[in-house]
Amino acid sequence: MQRFEAGTVIDGFELVEKLPSGGMASLWRVTNPRYDFPLVLKIPFLDPGGDVSVILGFEAEELILKRLSGPHVPRFAASGSLARVPYIAMEFVAGSGMAGIVGNAPLPVDEVATIGTEIARALAALHRQKVVHLDLKPENIILAKRGAVLLDFGLAWHAELPDLLGAESSVPMGTAAYIAPEQVLGERSDPASDLFALGCILYQLATGEEPFGRPATFAGMKRRLYHAPKPPRDINETVPRWLEAIILRCMEVDRSQRYAEAAHVLSDLKNPDQVVIAKRKPRDEGLWAAIAKLFRKTDDRSLVGRSTSSRTHAGPSIVLAAVDLANGGDALAGEVLNETARVLASREDSWLACVTVLKTEIIGGTPAADETGRSVYLKRLVAMKDWARPLHLPEDRISYHVLEAVSPADAILNYAEHNDVGHIVVGARASSVIRRHLGSVSTKVVAQALCSVSVVRLKTVEEQGRQPL
Amino acid sequence: MRIAILSDIHANREAFDAVLEVVHERGSDELVLLGDLVGYGPDPIYVVERAADLTAQGALCIMGNHDEAVARNLRDMTENARFAVQWTRKCLAPAHFDFLARLPLSLQSEDRLYVHASAERPGKWPYIRDVDAAERCLASTDARFIFCGHTHIPAIYYTLPVRRPMHFQPLDNVAAPLSELRRHLVIAGAVGQPRDGNPAACFVLIDTERREVTMVRVPYDHEETGRKIQAAGLPGWLGMRLRIGR
Repeated sequence: MQRFEAGTVIDGFELVEKLPSGGMASLWRVTNPRYDFPLVLKIPFLDPGGDVSVILGFEAEELILKRLSGPHVPRFAASGSLARVPYIAMEFVAGSGMAGIVGNAPLPVDEVATIGTEIARALAALHRQKVVHLDLKPENIILAKRGAVLLDFGLAWHAELPDLLGAESSVPMGTAAYIAPEQVLGERSDPASDLFALGCILYQLATGEEPFGRPATFAGMKRRLYHAPKPPRDINETVPRWLEAIILRCMEVDRSQRYAEAAHVLSDLKNPDQVVIAKRKPRDEGLWAAIAKLFRKTDDRSLVGRSTSSRTHAGPSIVLAAVDLANGGDALAGEVLNETARVLASREDSWLACVTVLKTEIIGGTPAADETGRSVYLKRLVAMKDWARPLHLPEDRISYHVLEAVSPADAILNYAEHNDVGHIVVGARASSVIRRHLGSVSTKVVAQALCSVSVVRLKTVEEQGRQPL
Repeated sequence: MRIAILSDIHANREAFDAVLEVVHERGSDELVLLGDLVGYGPDPIYVVERAADLTAQGALCIMGNHDEAVARNLRDMTENARFAVQWTRKCLAPAHFDFLARLPLSLQSEDRLYVHASAERPGKWPYIRDVDAAERCLASTDARFIFCGHTHIPAIYYTLPVRRPMHFQPLDNVAAPLSELRRHLVIAGAVGQPRDGNPAACFVLIDTERREVTMVRVPYDHEETGRKIQAAGLPGWLGMRLRIGR
């Protein structure tokens, strides 16, 4: 086996300093003038007769990391041939490691929510690139200035690549403390598996305990299919009910009950008042029920339910309907409602954020603080609920937001970006001199939104503007 | 280095021309015609002559079972195939027969082996439709890359030493990786008679630097080919299947 030491140069990368690393690879800080960002070199331990999973993991990580982009993964620089020196050169990401942070758990609620938001945002970006991490754990997350950065794609799965790693192993691959139940059963293609792991991390941050411990055997890992962990509030009663609800929904064994998308977790963590707190199922069903359960034949596969991808491919997860109710409901608001219903219908678990904007004149003012402001705000909220009522959405599929802003378009765009909205429905008024001069809300939303936008316009009936023949 | 591999053209002039145009646009350093130039389709003369021109310019061309049947007047085939072979024989001149008869069963270029059906007994034309057949093919050669056609259904088999090959169904127009660790058996989709449910012509594009293989799909005017099949008096199903890609 080749020895590496500071000063060794591999394909133009000069080894500078050895970093602490796990058992699969050594990590080195390196320099290379060809790259304008700090670099780290990951060199897998490849001993003849050694664990073959090391080389398979190396292959998987190289394939996937070089296809990923964005702020939530380290930038890929280069990789070395197996025939000479195998390595992956990537960006060195500065920040605080989550592994250190969980050591201080339990953390205050707002910190748990903030960290959860950052990880959910990183997962949403990863899943958008058709990749499931499958080994999400504190050791693989860095909280950097630019947000959470996910590391180590050695177990990851890409929807458009052959699952070379999965084909080689019949034992579950993952980390015992965080592995999702369907992953324990060998399934490797569901982004919801990462949300399960996120739930475990949030559980740990909120309570200071790992929900399942660290079972060393397959049977030990499989226990999570049948036995729910202690609810977080049983360990730490300062955990609010909404946070407990989010954590437990991430950790649902049955995927039809689990969050299907990171964007939804993100949105719930940012908007605690929209989280629906379900009544806790009775844990103790009596002796007879317990005995019956012992004898009932359960099919493990049926416990974990169907993959969430059948849901996520159907349509957008979060739909934002921007409705102008400044003058009460009108024909245009009605048409926005119809279009919203059509977009929501594409997916049975889609979720609607109703947004209306209260225009304020002063920047930084708090017009809602006084009595009149408060009543305007409430009136708008009531109007919005009345507007959405014909959709008959259950309360866990809808939320209402009265935003106060100088620019309605900016408020809508800002909300959409921060909540990872998948589709915006917005109305457009017929053209007027002022609109043509200043530009309309819908024009700006269409121009700047990061997702699809439906612009709803009433078909004009009057003959205005038509020139006589 | 870029390599374009065209299999199962089956006398389909429209598909062949459309694919060659894309190959020309994308550029290739090695062009391979992977067998079954003729059979089923209405333009055997055009396809054989164009293939002969390309071969004269350096393309590699190997024999498929339909080429053999036409050249040697074999009848051991399905009814439609046999009918088309006899029809094709009436169209072709001695020079065409001569070109087809001289095609090799397989060719090797660097670490790549080209063979129409399988490296396992190439002249017996076995089909590689499952992992077992793929395993036998891979066991018959130590080439790093084996390229076959014959099934008209794209597939990639990856194999490690002492392991069963792994089947992967490549996505249309999405590059699949070629692994440094593994040997590969790539089954090319058909240019002239796709059977994977997508009527667009299919050819294989390899990029050796990027270590990638792509099943490139090229839509073409299959209705025109269907009209010619009908006008030639060939079985109606041969036109119908081009429309549905089965």
